Amino acid sequence: MSRATLLRLAVLGLLLAFLLSPQRFAPLFAPLTQYGAPPIYDQGNLLTLALAQLGTVCCAAAASTLVAVGLGILVTRPSGAQFLPLSRTLVNVGQTFPPVAVLAVTVPLVGFGEKPTLIALFAYGLLPIFENTVTGLRTCPASVLEAASGMGMSAGQRLMSVELPLALPLILEGIRLSLVINVGTATIGSTVAAKGLGEVIIAGLLSNNTAFILQGGLVTGLMAILLYDALAALERRVCRTVQLD
Amino acid sequence: MISVEKLTKQYGTTTVVDEVSFAVERSSISVIVGTSGSGKSTLLRMINRLVEPTSGRVLLDGTDTRSEPAHLLRRRIGYVIQGHGLFPHRTVAENIATVPRLLGWEESRIRARVEELLRVFQLDPLTYAGAFPHQLSGGQQQRVGVARALAAEPAVLLMDEPFGALDPIIRAKAQEDLLDIQRRFGTTIVLVTHDMDEAFRLGDRVAVMSQGRLLQYARPAVLLTHPADPLVSRMTGLSDRAMKLLSLTTAGEAALPGRGEGPAVAASASLREALSELVWSGAAGAVVIGADGQPCGQLTVAAILARGRP
Amino acid sequence: MTPWRRIDRLGLLLSALGAAALVLLPFVVFKANRIVPGEPHGLFEVLPAWAAWGSLAALVLAAAVALTVPGAKLRLAAALLGVGVLSLAVAAAADALTPAGNRVVRVAPGAAFWLLLVCLGLMATDAITRLRPGPLARVLLLAVLVAIAGAALAHGTFDNLSVMREYAVNAGRFAHEVRQHVWLSLGSLAAAAVVALPIGIACHRLPRWRAGVLATLNVIETIPAVALFGILMAPLGALAAALPWAGELGIRGIGAAPAAVALFLYALLPIVANTVAGLRRVSRAAVEAAHGMGMTNWQVLTHIELLLALPVILTGIRVVLVQNIGMVTIAALIGGGGLGTFVFQGIGQTAIDLVLLGAIPIVSLAFAAAVLLDALAELTDRAPA
Repeated sequence: MSRATLLRLAVLGLLLAFLLSPQRFAPLFAPLTQYGAPPIYDQGNLLTLALAQLGTVCCAAAASTLVAVGLGILVTRPSGAQFLPLSRTLVNVGQTFPPVAVLAVTVPLVGFGEKPTLIALFAYGLLPIFENTVTGLRTCPASVLEAASGMGMSAGQRLMSVELPLALPLILEGIRLSLVINVGTATIGSTVAAKGLGEVIIAGLLSNNTAFILQGGLVTGLMAILLYDALAALERRVCRTVQLD
Repeated sequence: MISVEKLTKQYGTTTVVDEVSFAVERSSISVIVGTSGSGKSTLLRMINRLVEPTSGRVLLDGTDTRSEPAHLLRRRIGYVIQGHGLFPHRTVAENIATVPRLLGWEESRIRARVEELLRVFQLDPLTYAGAFPHQLSGGQQQRVGVARALAAEPAVLLMDEPFGALDPIIRAKAQEDLLDIQRRFGTTIVLVTHDMDEAFRLGDRVAVMSQGRLLQYARPAVLLTHPADPLVSRMTGLSDRAMKLLSLTTAGEAALPGRGEGPAVAASASLREALSELVWSGAAGAVVIGADGQPCGQLTVAAILARGRP
Repeated sequence: MTPWRRIDRLGLLLSALGAAALVLLPFVVFKANRIVPGEPHGLFEVLPAWAAWGSLAALVLAAAVALTVPGAKLRLAAALLGVGVLSLAVAAAADALTPAGNRVVRVAPGAAFWLLLVCLGLMATDAITRLRPGPLARVLLLAVLVAIAGAALAHGTFDNLSVMREYAVNAGRFAHEVRQHVWLSLGSLAAAAVVALPIGIACHRLPRWRAGVLATLNVIETIPAVALFGILMAPLGALAAALPWAGELGIRGIGAAPAAVALFLYALLPIVANTVAGLRRVSRAAVEAAHGMGMTNWQVLTHIELLLALPVILTGIRVVLVQNIGMVTIAALIGGGGLGTFVFQGIGQTAIDLVLLGAIPIVSLAFAAAVLLDALAELTDRAPA
């Protein structure tokens, strides 16, 4: 096993150990508290919160992927070509909107809880996936496409057997980017009462408990890094299969 | 003018240039020729210290090149590389003016020099001075590259495969232009190429390199008639050495006195071209026409053939 | 070509959406005070007949142009006319519904307004994209839009809209928070640029370092903002406790300090990565020629390499600035100030107007920064590939 893999497993192990039995780590966090405040977050189960946040992120990601890839395919077909310049400008403009703003605007419309977070994550997550789908589909080598048509494939078959598989590495990259941004936004979702690790950080901010803040921050950070890393490995695997440089 | 003394370059345990010594006379053209990996580019770049030698030294007009900081040395030496290396974000005029600016010339002198060079290289100053490199054709870019190297009136010009990227027709013209420039400015030129024909065409002396060693350094004719190493003959080409030898002499140099009869051959044409013309026309002799358009001698097939062997 | 084919698809989509919105959704929402739920009102209910029909006419004209006219300039003109009329209509509606001198009533634009604005905006954006303006034209367009919006705001056209009412209540704080927001965004960017540029140049010269440095910065980038703020608060708080003069300087566990440090760290990766990428694109022949001509290393770096890599580096700076403007919003959670204060207050009080008071300037700042820096990057691109 390479050093990197060992490091990853160690980090994962540490994270799981903390989530499963946080009280064991209490002595580590005790010096950060004042006036006998609890060193470990006790207003909820850390593992449940982590899983809830992960769940929200993955749900939103799944929905974004479906819609974004679908729109990406539409826009690169001849019938949708009219929408292509506009869609690229929208992607550019959309990237200037901070994810927080999207979340903030959704709340007054649908109320508090999971809903605004999901909607905001869905909407903001569309951008990277859509952009990468479009780029991936448009940079398919023309010679390959021509060969496929020459062999007698219909447009649909070409899409499924040639274009999408070749665009897959870029699409995965877009999904990975989207997921990482979403983990961050979901953390803020706790300010609108969505279940997640942001709750721990905010509780710490409200009660001036540095231990809480640090716990929340570290777990969220580690989760994001591990997720990013796992997806990068998946992407490399897929790239090797497709054998594009 | 330039004296290379036992220059060696080693990278780790690999010797890329192995104790090479030769001397280049003032206002002459020396061509270093060899296959890729022969160390010719490294050798050239040791002259202007883009590569520092492991041992040995280079004397420029009697002074060791290491006696001053490298960047000051290089401002006195013109350097042309393959792919010209023009600065894409500066105009043609600004490119050419680079070294004069570094040397602190006055603006008026720089401007005059830029115009002069553009004219010499057949680029109309009005059109091209303010143009950017990407707006020029390959041949024009190459010419600007050479002009830039000559801007500060260097006594020495180093050229590394300067014509490699040009297509054959433009390359021939560029080679002719280089000979013209050299005659006009009297610059001492050291040129690196892998093309033996080019070496023969341009070089007063040719240095043949293989695997870091200098095999022979002599006039082209001598390389053909008295090769120092079988490898030299192989590189110059055994199969057409006679033709190569003929290409080194012009019809004017070999012309016999008297008024001949037959097809006309220019005095500046090589004997190889003259022979080709005679074979094609089936004649036994030709009339040599001088630069003034008047006949100045004659050639016979037999006379030409005699010149084709040592 | 059949008449069906000649209808612009995008125009069809936008017109249908806009029409549905106007008919089905409220144009404005009226609240007697901040707390009670709002009553929806349609366009024709609140405006005098001539104004309502006039606005409708402008919208129908925009739709007609969207459906049938292919020329981009005309489409842009029609869309901008529609936006102008729409804005005036909603301002007039607010004026109409607000009794004179009353400061308690809140009139907010309704869903129909927002949807129509989005549709017209998309139409305008599409037209601008098709025109493909150069960098200076884009900056000019931005300047004109800002000038018009600024003039309208200063004149008080929108004063009766709920967002502006919130502004009126918070005017003093607003200016302070805007300054804080801009200061934090630009300050951390400047500090990061000073550090990241040399790192980028070093990574380009020493490939062995490149992978390691980029991987480390990537890890930092992956950590969510709130998490990083949180992680930094502990050491900064400890620092403030240990060194009293640090507290004087403003380095505390909460407030702007952890946000500034986090923003600085986040800014490193895009600038380093783009510096490396930009330097890699510089033609090696040009660099070697520069050395061969006798330029010193410093001269080659500053006159040739950095100048040629500048467009890519500026793109990295654009990414950072936009990112920063967004993240400073979150800094409000830890007491860092900035426009995020309004956003989070609005969320807490379920007052969308307060949220908008924060969100609209944030988005506008980010958008303006993106347009300006993109234009600058394009202008400095003296070496089109």
